[in-house]
Amino acid sequence: MFTDIAHITLTHYLVVAAMLFTIGVFGVFLHRKNLIVILMAIELLLLAANLNLIAFAARLGDAGGQIFALLVLAVAAAEAAVGLAILVIFFRNRGSIDVTRVNIMKG
Amino acid sequence: MFLQSAAFYFFAGMCLASALAVVIARNPVRSVLFLILSFVSAAGLFILLGAEFLGLILIVVYVGAVAVLFLFVVMMLDIDFAELRSGLLNHLPIGAFIGMLLLIELILVVAIAVVPGLEGVRADIAFPAVGSGDIPNTNALGRILYTEYIHFFQTAGIILLVAMIGTIVLTLRAPAENGDMPHKGIPPTQQMARNPRESIEMRDIESRRGA
Repeated sequence: MFTDIAHITLTHYLVVAAMLFTIGVFGVFLHRKNLIVILMAIELLLLAANLNLIAFAARLGDAGGQIFALLVLAVAAAEAAVGLAILVIFFRNRGSIDVTRVNIMKG
Repeated sequence: MFLQSAAFYFFAGMCLASALAVVIARNPVRSVLFLILSFVSAAGLFILLGAEFLGLILIVVYVGAVAVLFLFVVMMLDIDFAELRSGLLNHLPIGAFIGMLLLIELILVVAIAVVPGLEGVRADIAFPAVGSGDIPNTNALGRILYTEYIHFFQTAGIILLVAMIGTIVLTLRAPAENGDMPHKGIPPTQQMARNPRESIEMRDIESRRGA
């Protein structure tokens, strides 16, 4: 599958997206306390998903994949805004952004 | 062809390296800056794939808005990051383990399952003409975004509206009991009740001494 290194195929993009996704998951697990870095790792996950959508859209010659990437982008922006707002009020209430101490509701 | 593959390896390497730096950087401000670099590199990959509109939107929306939002939050909150980094090494093995497992699975899926099965798919394409050269990418997207996907488009707009209202509602502090906004300082009535006699004091300042 990697025989011709100068010829970029769909597989190359998919492998890059897979590695990006893995880095994102790794970040979520590594920073169990720091909410900001968790949010940034989630952005990386969504970027990997977008890269997959656009790679398949280019491979199939279908613009629908790019539309879905656009929608994912919109939802990711909304998610980042709401996540950061929650982070701000959480810091205002607790004086820390340690996610392991989110237990006000005793859930 | 050579230029294209060189650009692919450059952007992909840059994207992955800066994504890794986001995760392992010591200082969250640097994490945000590496996130910006990662997004710019990914925009390069998008453009290589023929999605110029999305690549530029990625730069405008992410680098211009979301990353700056992250930067503001990181810089404005007085967070003790050293305390948050404690116990990071405890989480490293499980994170690395799950990450490697996921990577192996994903690459196996990509290598074995997906690509060979894709060969006969070209027949039933819903919306062709992306990157075909005769109409630009933005034009092709606009033609189907406002016709075929109009409900998705409007739903995205509603989601953004809800997110905007939710963000404002969450971060707005409620007014105090007497109706004053808590973070506006001195209420206007007191500001207007000031007079010059109480507010201004005349003093003799000696030369070269200061007040």
